[in-house]
Amino acid sequence: MASIRELHRQLTNKERSAEELTRETLDRIETIDPQVRGFLQVMADAAIDRARRVDAKIAAGEAIGHLEGIPIAIKDNICTAGVPTTCGSKILENFVPPYNATVIEKLEAAGAILIGKTNLDEFAMGSSTENSAFQVTANPWDLDRVPGGSSGGSAAVVAANECTVALGSDTGGSIRQPASLCGVVGMKPTYGLVSRYGLVAYASSLDQIGPLAGTVEDAAILLEAIAGYDPKDSTSLKTEIPSYYKALKPNLKPKRHLRIGVIQETFGQGVDPAVEQAVKDALTVLQELGAEVQVISCPTFRYGLPAYYIIAPSEASANLARYDGVKYGMRVEDAENLIDMYAKTRARGFGSEVKRRIVIGTYALSAGYYDAYYLKAQKVRTLIRQDFDRAFNHVDILVCPTSPTTAFKAGEKTADPLGMYLSDLMTIPVNLAGLPALSLPCGFDEGGLPIGMQAIGNVLQEQLLLEVAHAYEQATPWSQKRPKL
Amino acid sequence: MSIDREQVKKVAFLARLELTETEEEEFTGQLSSILDYFEQLSELDTENVAPTTRAIDVSNITRADIVESYRDRDAILNSAPDREGDFFKVPKIGQEED
Repeated sequence: MASIRELHRQLTNKERSAEELTRETLDRIETIDPQVRGFLQVMADAAIDRARRVDAKIAAGEAIGHLEGIPIAIKDNICTAGVPTTCGSKILENFVPPYNATVIEKLEAAGAILIGKTNLDEFAMGSSTENSAFQVTANPWDLDRVPGGSSGGSAAVVAANECTVALGSDTGGSIRQPASLCGVVGMKPTYGLVSRYGLVAYASSLDQIGPLAGTVEDAAILLEAIAGYDPKDSTSLKTEIPSYYKALKPNLKPKRHLRIGVIQETFGQGVDPAVEQAVKDALTVLQELGAEVQVISCPTFRYGLPAYYIIAPSEASANLARYDGVKYGMRVEDAENLIDMYAKTRARGFGSEVKRRIVIGTYALSAGYYDAYYLKAQKVRTLIRQDFDRAFNHVDILVCPTSPTTAFKAGEKTADPLGMYLSDLMTIPVNLAGLPALSLPCGFDEGGLPIGMQAIGNVLQEQLLLEVAHAYEQATPWSQKRPKL
Repeated sequence: MSIDREQVKKVAFLARLELTETEEEEFTGQLSSILDYFEQLSELDTENVAPTTRAIDVSNITRADIVESYRDRDAILNSAPDREGDFFKVPKIGQEED
């Protein structure tokens, strides 16, 4: 699929109407999605109606914004008024939100065409999208493999050219890891840059919404549209949003002495040699573009994973207490009393990974264990932040692999939760520190599967990250490659 | 630290989650290995470290305490599995007296 800039040009030059673009997108989804299974729902009629309004505007000679008429897919844990929002869970199978998330309001105001809702691991808990209660999404590069997760549907539909861009959410890597496994660009913004209002909560101190796109430029355009202060989210940051898109230049030269740190602890044991090599090659390219590369040690980096799997399930166990069969969602009919109704509704409504995390979280927060687990993890979180702070005294951005491996086979890790958790080893510390980071394609392994590189910035350094990623992308062929479907 | 089946049962009850026999057994094993994995955190000295609750701290966020009416009350009430008039309806809570 063409980039947003190219589609925008075609629309404004009347080479193609928004309705034509929308119908082509819907046709493509109809042809391809039975193989990819990235969409849980497609809003065909609403999309065509919306496109016609964009066409009317163009016909009237009015200027249109970059996102006007552009098809976008939405992860199904982001509330869309009047459109089911399931979170990939049976407990919300029939839930229709009465309101829009702030990001949806912003996208509608920008004239984007909401094309459908994408599959995810139930309540965004997982790394392969296999935890969805409804369907398994395939990796468009190899249909027997997973797309990553939890925003696997969003990553897969962008990779498969079913949609120009998509929104995902990232709590421990849920945008970046699937972007890496599907060969697309995915960005997690600084915590608080994008409003979480209307994002179904998993772990509130870590969750962020962000873009998935075919190119860095498309990701920049989408981020610009969704970022900004929102009084409805009390963790929202009051900060000026720059024009990320306009700042993109094809080379690094204007940024004199850009300093890149390679995180020492992210290479070696457990990392695919092909992944390691591709990231090292990417660093050589960045050096050729004018960056100064040095090795940086973040000794507490690897403790992010155990700390996360205490903190996130703890917050989840509290957040998911709201699914009680009273206010919305499913309810079992055969309960004897209220307590029994809660326990049975939750037993039948939640899948096993969600139950596992609720049990871990409840345990970690329970009397007698709070200090040993939850408090300890929160303290380790401080150490991880301090490690990043020290690193950013020496460098402007940090680079490492996004995921230790390329896409794995469906079913390969489902019986081993801990093994599955390890695929988020590189992305999790970033959420714990609230930093912005993006994953961008940096090569392929011998089996033709995409490899992703993660670039991490200091607080609110989205613009710098996008500039560096854009320069790298312009100098390499990776983003032009698309899977054959 | 390991977890036994009784503890899994107790925690599941606290979380209002009914587990099957198979789930109890499976979770006991899986949670034990996950808790073992957590043990590596004890390698870090956190004696004088303050906990982080939010990575990017914003504090004292206040707003005026003004009641706003919601435009579509019925949409909220209709989301409920069962309602009676303007109330959410739930199964019987108390015991009936003879």
